[in-house]
Amino acid sequence: MAFDDLGPLWLTLQLAAVTTLVLVVLGTPLAWWLAFTRARIKPAVEAVTALPLVLPPTVMGFYLLVLMSPGNPLGGAWLRFTGDTLSFSFSGLVIASVIYSLPFMVQPLQSAFETIGRAPVEAAATLGAGPLDRFLTVASPLAFRGYLTAMVLTFAHTIGEFGVVLMVGGNIRGETRVISIAIYEHVETLDYAAAHGLSALLLAFSFIVLLAIYAMNGGRALRAR
Amino acid sequence: MPDTPIARLSRRVRVCAAVMLGLAFLPVAAPAGESRVAVATNFLDAAEALAIGFETETGHRLSFTAGATGKLYAQIVEGAPFDVFLAADQARPERLVAEGLAEEGSQFTYATGRLALWSAEAGRVGADGSVTLAEGDFRALAIANPDLAPYGVAASETLGNLGLWEALTPKIVMGQNIGQTLALVATGNAELGLVALAALQAPGQSLGGSAWEVPLELHSPIRQDAVLLTRGHDNQAARAFLEYLQSPGARGLIASFGYGD
Repeated sequence: MAFDDLGPLWLTLQLAAVTTLVLVVLGTPLAWWLAFTRARIKPAVEAVTALPLVLPPTVMGFYLLVLMSPGNPLGGAWLRFTGDTLSFSFSGLVIASVIYSLPFMVQPLQSAFETIGRAPVEAAATLGAGPLDRFLTVASPLAFRGYLTAMVLTFAHTIGEFGVVLMVGGNIRGETRVISIAIYEHVETLDYAAAHGLSALLLAFSFIVLLAIYAMNGGRALRAR
Repeated sequence: MPDTPIARLSRRVRVCAAVMLGLAFLPVAAPAGESRVAVATNFLDAAEALAIGFETETGHRLSFTAGATGKLYAQIVEGAPFDVFLAADQARPERLVAEGLAEEGSQFTYATGRLALWSAEAGRVGADGSVTLAEGDFRALAIANPDLAPYGVAASETLGNLGLWEALTPKIVMGQNIGQTLALVATGNAELGLVALAALQAPGQSLGGSAWEVPLELHSPIRQDAVLLTRGHDNQAARAFLEYLQSPGARGLIASFGYGD
């Protein structure tokens, strides 16, 4: 692996870590709501959550490219508040990754919350625990495995992101040049040695992650839903 | 006739015979063929315009695959099923000839690319674009990746010759090919971009905004070479298309797309 590739590698790990943290915060209430709501729009919200699983990255990349443009209300507002564009920036990649990896966080969490059911939380409520207390001391410890699965999958999936980053990233060293882009470039410039090094690393990493999850959950991790 | 399997079969045989007889008497000028053409992204519009005339004139059919020259080269090396390669540089066709993947003596320059500084905003690029670049009053300048695309090489040469490469490096964003670079500017994500003049001058297509034709002396000419690939050796359509590209009519059409000599 070339020394040049350490930058993209480190950047990719940072992107995956930040994305996972953001999604824990955003995904928890959404998964909780989905697990217990009886609202009629639940199927619609579930469908929207699962969209990134089936949409080609080019579709999301195209929409994001249009939305993030400074000429667009969203991209323009971001530019006014932060002084930086969303496209070609690390923040932009985080937003793209949060959308792209959403189902990988929400679905395992929702499944974990559904398995726990209402009973333990309601029991805690009768004992006088407040909502936050009930969640932090009763529900979330019970959902520990769900959290572990969701976070590991989100982290791993973000590492593998390519199409969206290719379209909105702009290939900037230290900002948006992630590992999958670096591999793509090595292949196109026929630097197969470097491509092999990085690819083997990703392959081994992905296998270890999946092996760990399956071992941990006795083979049920990806079939939870 | 009763509709038994045997009767059906014999009817089919007779129909087939009639069709074959009919085909045998069709006027045969030249057997029409099909050819797959790998084309550098910047030339796709022009190639499709050329194909219309070529296909009506010869009856051959062409199908195009567009991409960055470096990517197409790698695909050809790995056995992609193309008969003709319209590259955006001379180096890749030369390498293919040297590697025995393209026909020796079939290589020629079909177009010379020009570079333009373009913004989707009217008035953003001044009469002298080098001043616009030097003033640096923009967040992002999109260029094609110089490692992958010849237009990227020309863009980096231009910025180097203007003495602006160092200063503008933090503002440079890269598309994987000249087409993606154009998209980054067209969507307004980058205010400025060094794109193919052909993309702005294509007949019947107006992208608007403001543009400056980069003077030829600022970068080495982007000579775009065509070559017949080894797997297209026996492909009549491929050979005919390469010949067609050198005809006066085709050359005029290519020039109207903003390619110079």
